[in-house]
Amino acid sequence: MNFGIQVGIGLAAVAVVAIAVTSFQLPPAKQIQRGYRGVGMVQVYHPATLAKLEAANVAPAPDDPQDPSGQPSSAVYQNVQVLKDVDSNEFLRLMNSVTEWVAPQEGCAYCHDQNDMSSDKLYTKVVARRMFQMVGAINGTWKTHVGTTGVTCYTCHRGNPVPQNIWFNSARTEAPHGLSQEKLDKNLASSISASSSLPSDVLSEYLDHSENIRVAATTALPEGDLHSIKQTESTYGLMMHISQSLGVNCTYCHNSRSFSDWSQSTPQRVTAWYGIRMVRDLNTHYLDPLAGTFPHNRLGPTGDGPKLNCATCHNGVYKPLFGASMLKDYPELGPAKEASLAPPAAKPQ
Amino acid sequence: MAGMVELVARSADLALNKSGKEKVMAEYQNIFTKVQVRGPAYAGVPMTGRNDPRTGKPLFSHFFGMIGDAQIGPIYLGWLGVASLLCGFIAFEIIGLNMWASVNWNPIQFIRQLPWLALEPPPPSYGLHLPPLAQGGWWIMAGFFLTTAVLLWWTRMYRRARALGLGTHVPWAFASAIWLYLVLGFLRPLLMGSWGEAVPFGIFPHLDWTASLSLRYGNLFYCPFHMLSIVFLYGSTLLFAMHGATILAVSRFGGEREIEQVLDRGTAAERAAIFWRWTMGFNATFESIHRWAWWFAVLCPLVGGIGILLTGTVVDNWYLWAVNHGVAPSYPHVTPAVIDPATVGSAQ
Repeated sequence: MNFGIQVGIGLAAVAVVAIAVTSFQLPPAKQIQRGYRGVGMVQVYHPATLAKLEAANVAPAPDDPQDPSGQPSSAVYQNVQVLKDVDSNEFLRLMNSVTEWVAPQEGCAYCHDQNDMSSDKLYTKVVARRMFQMVGAINGTWKTHVGTTGVTCYTCHRGNPVPQNIWFNSARTEAPHGLSQEKLDKNLASSISASSSLPSDVLSEYLDHSENIRVAATTALPEGDLHSIKQTESTYGLMMHISQSLGVNCTYCHNSRSFSDWSQSTPQRVTAWYGIRMVRDLNTHYLDPLAGTFPHNRLGPTGDGPKLNCATCHNGVYKPLFGASMLKDYPELGPAKEASLAPPAAKPQ
Repeated sequence: MAGMVELVARSADLALNKSGKEKVMAEYQNIFTKVQVRGPAYAGVPMTGRNDPRTGKPLFSHFFGMIGDAQIGPIYLGWLGVASLLCGFIAFEIIGLNMWASVNWNPIQFIRQLPWLALEPPPPSYGLHLPPLAQGGWWIMAGFFLTTAVLLWWTRMYRRARALGLGTHVPWAFASAIWLYLVLGFLRPLLMGSWGEAVPFGIFPHLDWTASLSLRYGNLFYCPFHMLSIVFLYGSTLLFAMHGATILAVSRFGGEREIEQVLDRGTAAERAAIFWRWTMGFNATFESIHRWAWWFAVLCPLVGGIGILLTGTVVDNWYLWAVNHGVAPSYPHVTPAVIDPATVGSAQ
């Protein structure tokens, strides 16, 4: 065998080993059966990945409870619009916790004008107020998705002023081009749908707008169902986004023999169905209208504000923070009581 | 010539040479080609009729000798071959340049993202009308040139087989693959009334398309023609393994001279036959095994193409079709019953 071939084989072997080492995890993987035997409904977890996720998704310990002052916050502090009826001591405790959850580096000054804490001078304070309303709506209106576990600021923020997993509308389809094929939001490695080449504008289609997700034929023989394969690719892209955001595979919700069949699906599919509607509601009623409040550097390439998707709360875990409820220690973040602050009711889809 | 070795059928009980110094007689008893048979360069049978001569001075490659014949060339392209390569090149360029344009002509991104890039068929809204170049027109053009290239290459294969006085088994096997290709990119979109139903040109995108086809049309695994296609696909690999192994195993008895053994059954054919009758009760013959293999290979894309052609045109949901025909069983539920929340009145 000549030297060139030997070197070639050697390099090929090195490449194969490098790819194997960087792409695969050492067995054994952990398997969790979630359906009847033989139907392949199994979740696969790798202990090392799971350990990393568990370490990264721990709910912080709640601040010590405070003795009530007996006075509502609105009587003690000025310009309180959302948490008016909360006891002023509880209010202060919550403000301290929120600082730790959202702006631990920046402190109170991230939202408050230090000379006048009640001032709405900083945009962050205006956004934060709307976010308190949003949390109240999630914990009240969207129990179908969050149950009694609920959410707090920490569910998304995790110590970051801007949650790590947010998204903007893509500018890609708007760019003019020459003679070549128009730019599509697909056929590129997509960070939102598990590195697939599937459409990446699915967040805008399904989580901001209400495009139809159901594409599979509902009758055995053709009866006029015109859903295309391209529409199916978009649905597929959304599903891969959910899968990636929750760290689960298809069979967490679906029996893959008939993805569309509800009677063979798991109860988690119903939770996810409400989740999709919840994110739509939050994006259209809370996040999108804030675009005018944010400064330019917080906006996306098309001038839209930051938006939510499944990963914003879930962060790669099937239940945010592995199901730990922080809401129970902060009941004031529960369902919004004031009717005047209730958001517009979400329409059924 | 240094590598030239005379091959002699070797009896099974011939003791192995243990000294390692004496030259051991070469044989085919190995999983790879241990010896290279090299003769003087052979230009092939004389060309007759209106055929151009074969071109190029033959050369020998040790590497090719390890996996096949060490002689490279002379080659024959002819006008069919030249036209086919030209059309193929045009299709390749249309696809490649559009892919490159999709990453703004960035060479690094082009290489990095190559498996993800694609030339996409037109949006379904165009139906079967000709779309602008930027919205699938390039796809139609690439498809036209690629199809022309493939059909010209098929014609070339057919004509070369005839020119050598061969049967036309190879072109017809190739035609089976072309059938599946035409169904996917031309015939089915035509029946569906939309070029948008066709497959994109791209590595990952065509795989995503395949999964999406199955998702849209209710799980292709329940399509009986898809089932048959899988049978013939896996069956082909099984037959290939069984046949390849059998011939290598009996080569010490001259079994690699298959055609001779067809007509004049010798100890190699007898032993191979007995082996399979012992182990599975039935044996193919040295002749029939090749018909088995040919039909399995040909039927794989042939029936697969039928399944694709029926998808969306005759059957819209293969899973529901299979339920209606008693193919798909039902399984017990292990999770609480679930109903579609969109049908619940109190839904958000």
